[in-house]
This record gives sequence, C-alpha cells and structure tokens, in this order.
Amino acid sequence: SDLSSGINAEWPLRPGVENSGSVIAVRGSDGVVFGVEKIITSQLYEQGNNRRVQSVDDHIGGAVAGMLSDARAIVARAREEATDYRDVYQVPIPLKMLCERLGHYVHLYTVYGGLRPFGVSILLGSWDELNGAKLMEIDPSGSARGYYGCAVGKGKQNAKTEIEKLDMTKLTCRELIKEVAKIIYSVHDEVKDKHFELELSWIGKDTGGKHQIVPKDLYDEAVKYAEEALNDSDDEDNVM
Amino acid sequence: KQWYQRRVAITAGTLGSYGSLARFRDIQRLMKVNDSTIIGGFGDYADFQFLMKLLRQQTIDDEVVGDGVYRDAPAIHNWLRCVLYNRRTKFNPLWNTIVVAGKNYGGEPYLGYVDKIGVAFEEKTVATGFGSYIALPMMRKAMDENPDMGVEEAKAVLKRCLRVLFYRDCRSLNRFQIGVVSAGETSISEPMSADTDWSIGANPSGYE
Repeated sequence: SDLSSGINAEWPLRPGVENSGSVIAVRGSDGVVFGVEKIITSQLYEQGNNRRVQSVDDHIGGAVAGMLSDARAIVARAREEATDYRDVYQVPIPLKMLCERLGHYVHLYTVYGGLRPFGVSILLGSWDELNGAKLMEIDPSGSARGYYGCAVGKGKQNAKTEIEKLDMTKLTCRELIKEVAKIIYSVHDEVKDKHFELELSWIGKDTGGKHQIVPKDLYDEAVKYAEEALNDSDDEDNVM
Repeated sequence: KQWYQRRVAITAGTLGSYGSLARFRDIQRLMKVNDSTIIGGFGDYADFQFLMKLLRQQTIDDEVVGDGVYRDAPAIHNWLRCVLYNRRTKFNPLWNTIVVAGKNYGGEPYLGYVDKIGVAFEEKTVATGFGSYIALPMMRKAMDENPDMGVEEAKAVLKRCLRVLFYRDCRSLNRFQIGVVSAGETSISEPMSADTDWSIGANPSGYE
C-alpha cells in the first residue's frame, strides 16, 4: 500500500472494492466508455435501479465499484465541487480539477483515526472538443491517476489483460461500446454470480460531450456482440 | 427592452440599453432552460444573468438524477415567483419581468408572467414593457380571431407586433429572436429583423 495514504487504506479495498462487480472504463479516440457488471442478487430488484454509472454535472461521467452508500457520498461531493466551480468560474469543471478536489476529499478520510476510508473506487471520464477524452480513477487511498483503460472489482485482472489487447486510441466510442460489453461478459463468473445486468454509459463526440446511458439500440448491439463472442470461445473449449 | 410572447412562441429583442444609450446590441434575452421551457427576461440584465445561472444549475441537477424527468414550465414559473416575491419582501428585488413559455408534463402549452414584485399569472398572451401597450392588444385580437393558431401563424403575429413596436418605440432596435416550444422542438432562433416601410416618413404633417 502507498505510504502516502493512511494506515487503513488497504482495509476498505478488500471487502469493498475487490468484491464488487467489475467496472471497466476505456478511453477511445473520441470519448470514454464505462461498463459495469452489476451483479443481481435477487430477482425482486427493479431493473435499471441502483445505477452504478452516475453523472457529475452534465459533462463528466463516473462509474463506481465498492460500497454503494459510500459511492453515493462521493458522487454527491463531486457534484457539489462541480457546482461550486461552475459558480465561481462560469465554466464546467475540468476533469483534472475535479479529481484533484475529490482525491483530497477521499484522502482526508484516511488520515484521521475517527473516520474510516471510503470503500469505493470511482472511475471518472469526460470529453470535450478542445481537450479530447480523459479518464481518471480515484481509489480509497485518495490517489487520482489518469488512464487509457482501467478496471476495478472482481474481474480486475482478467479485464486488465483484455483491455491491454485493445488499441484504444484508434477505436471510436461506438466500437468500444461493443468491446467493453464483450470484456464484461467474459470476466463475469457464471458459477459464482448467476445473474448480472450490464450497465453501459458513454461520453464523447457522439453525445456532444454529455454523459449518457448508451441508447437501447447500441446497447442491444453490444450485448449481442458480447454474447456471440462468449459462445465462440465456449465452442473453442468444446473442440479441445 | 420589451418583448412579448404567445402560447407557444416567445420573442425578445436583442438590445441591452444603458439608459437611453443602445449599448449592447447583440445580447440574448431568451434562455432555453430545458426541453420544456424557454424564459425571456426584461429589466436589469445582471439580475437576469443571475437567474439564468440558477436555472442552469437546476437543469444540471435534474439531469444527473438520470431518470429523464425535468422541471416543466409551471414548476419553473412557480420557482421564479417564489424567488422574486421573497426578494421583494426583503426590499432587495431582482429588477426583472420574466416570461416563462413552455409546456407542462402533459405536453400542454403554458405561458406565465412573473414580476419584480412577485406578481405571477398564467395567460394566453403576455407582454412586458412597451409591448404591453402596443403589442398586447394586437396579440389578443389575433387570438380572438384565431384561437387555435399554429406555430407559424403565431410567429407571424409576433413579427407583426415587433414591427409596430420598432416603429413606435424610439428606444428600440430592429433585432430580435423568436423562441418556440412545441411538441417536437424547443429552440431559439438566430437574431432576425422585421421588414419596415418608412416611406410615409417622407411627408409628415404636424411634426415639423
């Protein structure tokens, strides 16, 4: 663990983030795509509820892994920071500024004995005409790092391997949506967690710089691509 | 400085005066709050900018919830009424008259007026400033004759009113924008001008 973070930063990572459903985010040539493996523990849950992808202001999207209630607190704080920045500077907050402020906030909870660290990793991304796509991750220790492709949660290792195979800087968001879906489906553990819902969101040129849930037609296309890829790999196993 | 609206169409000049000086000739007095509402501001422009900032933040707050629900025109109208009335009661008014043009959750057209003293009402035709003296009677007549007019006819009525206003109000500018809120689209046009005919000006009598 980082010496720069508090003594307890390792603790929230274990029960919180590492046991949560996988979350991946990829930064393409014209935007950022988020994919979340939302594990469904009960058929009674309403579909589409308890979203793991959230918007902070309208130009920044985030996906969270870990304790959902902690995530809510962090996202609320991020929204406050964005509002405050907009109030003072009359421009939307740049992603880097937001991550700095949020990183400080998360870090605060690692240096006092009376507080426990946030059990959440949050991936934040934005796109604008001038600066292009940006993706950053804030982990429970409060460190904010920029990425081209990032994965957290259960299938983190496998997902990272898959992401490394992609040539992200050359792919557009439309193509990446399918790839992200495919990766989530492939790292999903069918045995341990029966049901899951794939949440896909994107922000980029195609959305005019606004963070949105991927529209149904593109979503269905991505799921189909992912399922087909999964079946193909299953067939390969059978042949061997 | 004046502007006027109709059921689903709203228009405002692009002039920001500094007393009698036509100081800023290309300002936006119409603001698209969200897909259901356009507001137009009359009066102090700084106060209007303040209200626009608050409304912009409200729309962002609605968006991040992510359920596709936005405040509709009556809600925004009522919110503005609360803010404006409160400020007047504290003897610190926002010196504006705002017109709220839009639709409610059911998709029906809505047109409301709020004042710097907190007066608020809903009507089919609304106008501020000079418009309430010159344009309002014209709009009311048009509505009486053709209560179910469509967007294009409404725009034509507004342009006619704006032309007369430019003729009659010496502190006006022949440049305005028209905003439309309808079932399909909510948008504000580029600035445009009314065609004017000053030929009768060559032979005035009694004003020499």
